[in-house]
Amino acid sequence: MFALIDGNNFYVSCERVFRPSLEGIPVVVLSNNDGCAIARSNEAKALGIKMGQPWHEIRHFEESAGLVALSANFALYGDMSDRMMSLAAGLGPTQEIYSIDESFIGLDGVRGDLKARALAVRSRILRWVGIPCCVGIGPTKTLAKMANHIAKMAERKSGCYPIEHAQVCDLCTLARSQVEELLAATDVGELWGIGPRIGKQLRAGGIATALQLARLDPATVRSRFSVVVERTVRELQGVACIGLEDASQPRQQIACTRSFGAPVMTYEPLAEAVSEFASRAAEKLRLQSSHAADVLVFVRTSPFRQDPQYSRSIIVPLRRPCSDTAAIVAAALLGLRAIFQPGYQLAKAGVMLMGLQPASREQLELAFDKPYAGRSKARLMQTLDAVNDRWGRGAIKVGSAKIGQVPRGWSMKQQRRTPAYTTDWAQLPIARA
Amino acid sequence: MSSLTEDVSHLSPTRAASLPLHVLDLMATVRAGFPSPAEDLGAKRIDLTAQLVKHPQATFLLRARGDSMKEAGIFDGDVLVVDRAIQPRTGHVVIAVVEGEFVCKTLWLRAGRIKLKAANPCYPDIVPREGQAVEVWGVVVHAIKSLQA
Repeated sequence: MFALIDGNNFYVSCERVFRPSLEGIPVVVLSNNDGCAIARSNEAKALGIKMGQPWHEIRHFEESAGLVALSANFALYGDMSDRMMSLAAGLGPTQEIYSIDESFIGLDGVRGDLKARALAVRSRILRWVGIPCCVGIGPTKTLAKMANHIAKMAERKSGCYPIEHAQVCDLCTLARSQVEELLAATDVGELWGIGPRIGKQLRAGGIATALQLARLDPATVRSRFSVVVERTVRELQGVACIGLEDASQPRQQIACTRSFGAPVMTYEPLAEAVSEFASRAAEKLRLQSSHAADVLVFVRTSPFRQDPQYSRSIIVPLRRPCSDTAAIVAAALLGLRAIFQPGYQLAKAGVMLMGLQPASREQLELAFDKPYAGRSKARLMQTLDAVNDRWGRGAIKVGSAKIGQVPRGWSMKQQRRTPAYTTDWAQLPIARA
Repeated sequence: MSSLTEDVSHLSPTRAASLPLHVLDLMATVRAGFPSPAEDLGAKRIDLTAQLVKHPQATFLLRARGDSMKEAGIFDGDVLVVDRAIQPRTGHVVIAVVEGEFVCKTLWLRAGRIKLKAANPCYPDIVPREGQAVEVWGVVVHAIKSLQA
């Protein structure tokens, strides 16, 4: 049995904890570079603002409806997510953190009234952290996710689902007929694993609700669609096909990419940005104790602008797999020099590390040229990470990333960001005494 | 060295040859001399955070601005350790939300009515008017003051 717990309008809820005056008014949080809405309060949803809608299309609500738009404050959201997830873990013995605001909990072996337990955890998170959550409980992950959707919608919009499922919806204790009623009231496009494209195909074939999908024969679905949709059908029928994922597994790819605040046309600032991205990626690599074998660099113009388009990427193999910032930055810059073309308004660049392997597995070679400096390099990197951890990111950088000069032309546009209330001693919220 | 010989003694020569070659870290140092008598006591240096923060997920830091709480020992610029897990009761110093702003005051609850009292005679009590909601955000458990600028 599984539970899915997630924070309602998570980014907006985080902001409201520290700015209670935002309660009850329409609020959106904007993506990097203040591009589009990535979180909406219920009041903003009621204005008809869609997920991912560009800022310039909704800007007029500032005047007409008192809409407040904030730049994403990921330092804050990350810390609030940590707090919420560690309390959510109290729901059951195993946990998979699925995204910044969603977590699956394995409930096997948990005795007693699950709905009461979920309500207690929910109210603890609300009181302790300040984030309102919803919980869905079901025999499979797909059903738990659907139950979570029901819990959210029953709370927000009256009439779409019975009100007793608001906040916490437990499918496991319901009679079969009740579950079928809920499945029949759920659009097939809302299901986990059914994307917009498959959703459209299903609807064209007369399958509009979760109940209709659940009644299909899995083998037929497999031949007409894919294994993925077949799995969804089985999960809807109550057969668990997807287990909890172990979060401790190191990632297979590490990337650091960003859109620029203003277009970049010359090599200098680009090299600076790429050096910084490569350093950051190397830091993430060391955090999971891996080595990378290849470094990919890319640059591209904005597809949303009318200027001449340019998009190139290149993979630079490292001489030996490592996690050394200097070697990774050097490889990234080598690649950048090869793909850079002046005369384009570049909007985005990034560095990806590939061919990851555990740092403990090392292929040594006989050094005929110069002695291998692996051990002292590793210690240098440890020191670098320790210094940056203590004195703030970027206290020590590679020379090509440049120090000081903030804000730089390419750094992110975040004009409406609230302070890092919980992660910076100098930005604590103020209480009038 | 006795533990090392025990570790490898069960490996027969053929088995060892088929295993990956482990290179010993010869850079490591070996300490000789009298072992520290404190080693077995397991005493750990006091961790200030563990003392001040009982509910890590529920604890937030706020900075006090103003002198309305000076008789409670809270001065302008102090850092307040606020625990949201504690059930607020009469007499607690709390962070309350008044008109969308955080204020630090002493809480008085009587017969379902709420009053926020300053700890400075120059400031009046805050009594919510009819229909005005006052929410207690958290309980102040410590005030940290720095004596050096």
